[in-house]
Amino acid sequence: MGEWIPMNATTLPARLAETRDDFLALGVRDRLQLLLEFSNELPELPERYADHPDLFERVEECQSPVFIFTEVAEGRVHLYATAPAESPTTRGFASILVQGLDGLTADEVLDVPADYPQSLGLGEAVSPLRVRGMTGMLGRIKRQVRERVAA
Amino acid sequence: MSAEFDAAEKLAEYAHPERLVTTEWLAEHLGEPGLVVVESDEDVLLYETGHIPGAVKIDWHLDLNDPVVRDYVNGEQFAALAGSKGIARDTTVVIYGDKNNWWAAYALWVFTLFGHEDVRLLDGGRDLWIAEGRELTTAAPEVTPVEYPVVERDDSVVRAYKDDVLAHFGNPLVDVRSPEEYSGERTTAPAYPEEGALRAGHIPTAASVPWARAAASDGTFKSRAELDAIYRDEVGLVDGDDIIAYCRIGERSSHTWFVLNHLLGFEKVRNYDGSWTEWGSAVRVPIVTGEARGEAPTR
Repeated sequence: MGEWIPMNATTLPARLAETRDDFLALGVRDRLQLLLEFSNELPELPERYADHPDLFERVEECQSPVFIFTEVAEGRVHLYATAPAESPTTRGFASILVQGLDGLTADEVLDVPADYPQSLGLGEAVSPLRVRGMTGMLGRIKRQVRERVAA
Repeated sequence: MSAEFDAAEKLAEYAHPERLVTTEWLAEHLGEPGLVVVESDEDVLLYETGHIPGAVKIDWHLDLNDPVVRDYVNGEQFAALAGSKGIARDTTVVIYGDKNNWWAAYALWVFTLFGHEDVRLLDGGRDLWIAEGRELTTAAPEVTPVEYPVVERDDSVVRAYKDDVLAHFGNPLVDVRSPEEYSGERTTAPAYPEEGALRAGHIPTAASVPWARAAASDGTFKSRAELDAIYRDEVGLVDGDDIIAYCRIGERSSHTWFVLNHLLGFEKVRNYDGSWTEWGSAVRVPIVTGEARGEAPTR
């Protein structure tokens, strides 16, 4: 628990900044609807990964089963995530990150502030405890990217 | 005004059949005046993906817990919540939810703290309703707000505080968490996030009965005979016992509280909602690790 440190706007990738602004422009009830839209937009896994659960890492910070896998190809990060339809909140979190991070450079992903999930105004809409799941997801994505770059 | 009781044969076996309705009953009674259906889930967005027609949503985090103090909402907050959902003091409230009615039972328990008389669970919950191919909708229900009286919450009957538990030794305690949490291998349910407890294990003398053992594979409650076999024959509970159930934050133990009180008819059952996140971090409270229940502390 530290004090709130405002994020440096220049380090936030455009898509994530746009998502944040979209959420903050809405009232609490509509933020839930937007999260549901993200949830519905979580892409299916590409065929080459659909049958490889072994590649995916479970995000323990989330109450629902959600699995993530990152790859770095030609300097760009690609992020895949899968979570059941019965867990729309978790799917929504994953979708925000997939849409916001996929295609960035490894450095850009690693520079995303760790408290980005807290900046979306979702604490009031889904509770701060639930938002922690997204923080865990972001942390694991960054760790995977760090490992891929070092490998 | 309240809705008639469900006379289904399976329910009649239980001590208080009026606390449950079947999916058939609910499908027949949807939309009746005096009945409000409430969905309460672990996942806060699940309701928005589709719910029983006319059902309103109550979220345990956002609606039932006080946002500042670790406590439930007070009488005024509860009155505002219930009234805004079209629930009057004499309304029949039927609650259903995901995961074997885990969070639905928690909501029902909170309604009980405010003495709401006619509150029932949908046997089988959300999953059974869906499995039977019954109707879901994403249409927002048309709710006419009503007046709900400000009733002071009564914590003395179905809620236990930490000091109550310390004074309870010698009486039965039921730990409804997973075996790994009970033995002290971990402080959170398998596959659940860490919610903060500094020590692992269980309260001395507590029997281990993971909550979901009370649920059948279709999410309905097990039969009276099956439940008696677990709680009376195996655990050794007998009529007249003064029982406290606990888990991690009091949600899973609400489910067991419902089973012991309403289905098996134990009259004095309390839910210790501080549960392991309080006990496992409190200073100098006794803790036992391993599979054995352990001895009551002598002091």
